Amino acid sequence: MNDSSDSHGSLLKPAKLNTAVAVELVDVNKWYGDFHVLRDINLKVLGKERIVICGPSGSGKSTMIRCINRLEEHQVGRIVIDGVELTADLKKIDEVRREVGMVFQHFNLFPHLTVLENCTLAPIWVRKMPKKEAEEVALHYLSRVKIPEQANKYSGQLSGGQQQRVAIARALCMNPKIMLFDEPTSALDPEMVKEVLDTMVELAQDGMTMLVVTHEMGFARQVADRIVFMDEGQIVEANIPGEFFAHPQHERTKLFLSQILH
Amino acid sequence: MTMAEGDLAVTELAFVRHTTIAPRPPPAMMTGALGWLRANLLSSPFNIAITILIGLLMAWAIPEIVKFLIIDAVWAGHDREACLESVQHRAIGACWPFVWERLPYFIYGSYPISERWRVDIFFVMLAVGVVWLLWLNAPRRDLGAIYFFLILPVTSFILLTGWSAIGLRPVDTVLWGGVLVTIVVAAVGIVCSLPLGILLALGRRSRMPTVRLLSVIFIEFVRGVPLVTVLFMASVMLPLFIPEQWSPDKLVRALVGIALFASAYMAEVVRAGLQAIPKGQYEGAMAVGLRYAQMMRLVVLPQALKVTIPNIVNTYIGLFKDTTLVFIVGIFDLLRTIEVARIDPKWATPVTSTTGYAVAAIFYLVFCYGMSRYARAMEARLTRGDRR
Repeated sequence: MNDSSDSHGSLLKPAKLNTAVAVELVDVNKWYGDFHVLRDINLKVLGKERIVICGPSGSGKSTMIRCINRLEEHQVGRIVIDGVELTADLKKIDEVRREVGMVFQHFNLFPHLTVLENCTLAPIWVRKMPKKEAEEVALHYLSRVKIPEQANKYSGQLSGGQQQRVAIARALCMNPKIMLFDEPTSALDPEMVKEVLDTMVELAQDGMTMLVVTHEMGFARQVADRIVFMDEGQIVEANIPGEFFAHPQHERTKLFLSQILH
Repeated sequence: MTMAEGDLAVTELAFVRHTTIAPRPPPAMMTGALGWLRANLLSSPFNIAITILIGLLMAWAIPEIVKFLIIDAVWAGHDREACLESVQHRAIGACWPFVWERLPYFIYGSYPISERWRVDIFFVMLAVGVVWLLWLNAPRRDLGAIYFFLILPVTSFILLTGWSAIGLRPVDTVLWGGVLVTIVVAAVGIVCSLPLGILLALGRRSRMPTVRLLSVIFIEFVRGVPLVTVLFMASVMLPLFIPEQWSPDKLVRALVGIALFASAYMAEVVRAGLQAIPKGQYEGAMAVGLRYAQMMRLVVLPQALKVTIPNIVNTYIGLFKDTTLVFIVGIFDLLRTIEVARIDPKWATPVTSTTGYAVAAIFYLVFCYGMSRYARAMEARLTRGDRR
């Protein structure tokens, strides 16, 4: 284990965390019918903090981050994003979604629009940005994810890795305060995983607040300030990466790590 | 595969390729006209049998049609005598002078002769609007939309029904007929049914139970009733409930009936398209902050309508032909004017009816095939972008 990882969370320069709370989940519970998917979830994420969420499939990790921008509804508890509590109030939901970007496992790009149009759609219609300006912003972020030359192609013409980088650029174009990643590399060919992870590492270095659901433990070790391990809808263990990998406390965590780290 | 490397691959366990195989053209029998014939018409005994059968059918039907419409046809004359076998002493095909003489009636119905220029202007304005909207590279298509959906309906209404204040003599819709009525009914049905259908489809998928229930009731009720019944209801039942002076014009009632009828079918077509859009598209749209209306308008509907173009056009073609049913409430569409003209004693011959129906068939075929071809071209254009 690298020395630096014992002294602080990630291998990156330690983020200068805001003391402001970016995301707060208090006793969050959710059911699908009778099935209790999220049980008493309590999580506080500070500004610029990078959280990696891992756990076996069906443990509720995706559901949890999807609750943060209200793609899923929680039934009990409080979720506060950047000072705005998520309720059934549509205005609050819109407000939160404007500030929270999300990257999906299956990209969810809009196939009928070009890459550039994918990126400018929300700034133009949600932020009411003039088209020219939105295109400049989009090209800036497309350069940042290193595919400005694909701007006028359709998403179906790109590789999986390129599509996912477009999806990241699309989210960034809204200038979000928080980025959610829901297994961003799980649907990619092995050769494409690195280019997406590199993009995410750069984003982390720039001080974005990130919540990342992933099985990429190398990424977690390199980037995360904290790792949250979930099982059966509960947070089982949370710790800085060095401690998490070196000295897992809970039996379930030990078992999980022994399965995925050979 | 080159011989040397192919042998290597088989004979030795370890294999490393040292030369790259350059692409070669396919064998000659796969390409060209012969290749096409072989692949498409003669690929299997069953396919060969079908090819022969259809060939025989065409060899039988096409000469008959050409003979009737052109070779044996009568091209000039003033009354039935020109088209009577007993008078002309030759085989008689289509009686074109009959069509030529009654053509104004087929086009305008009983619209006053002195006012028919108004109908001509309407046809031209409509053609301009249709081309402007359907020609995807046309300049200023935004203006085209305003023209088609706002200016055209208002001016056409004034032009066709008349407005004494500006010197246009009022023309009762009872006098309208022929192609004019067919086009008006079809155009109103086509233009109104898509937006109404989209609203109904969205309503049927709405989370709000009352909206959903009302949409379902409307769609299922209208689809459960024959169009003839809807037209009867509109023209016979409605006046029983509404005082006569408030009762809308007979043609308007039929128009509303047809538009509502078509919109129920359109709703189900659009709903099928909406169901084909993956959940991820909704989530992607919501995650970037689009509201419901924006999400539907900018992300979901463009994709849903694209996959439903064949079905939308199918509904349009059905609607176009269904317009002939307005005759049942006493409106003279094209088919009805032909029906009336063909029993005119002046032109009563054995071929008059056939000729009249041939005209109707050609008219409907041209319009429906045109819609079909346009839809094909549109599909090809739209799928070019996101071909996988």
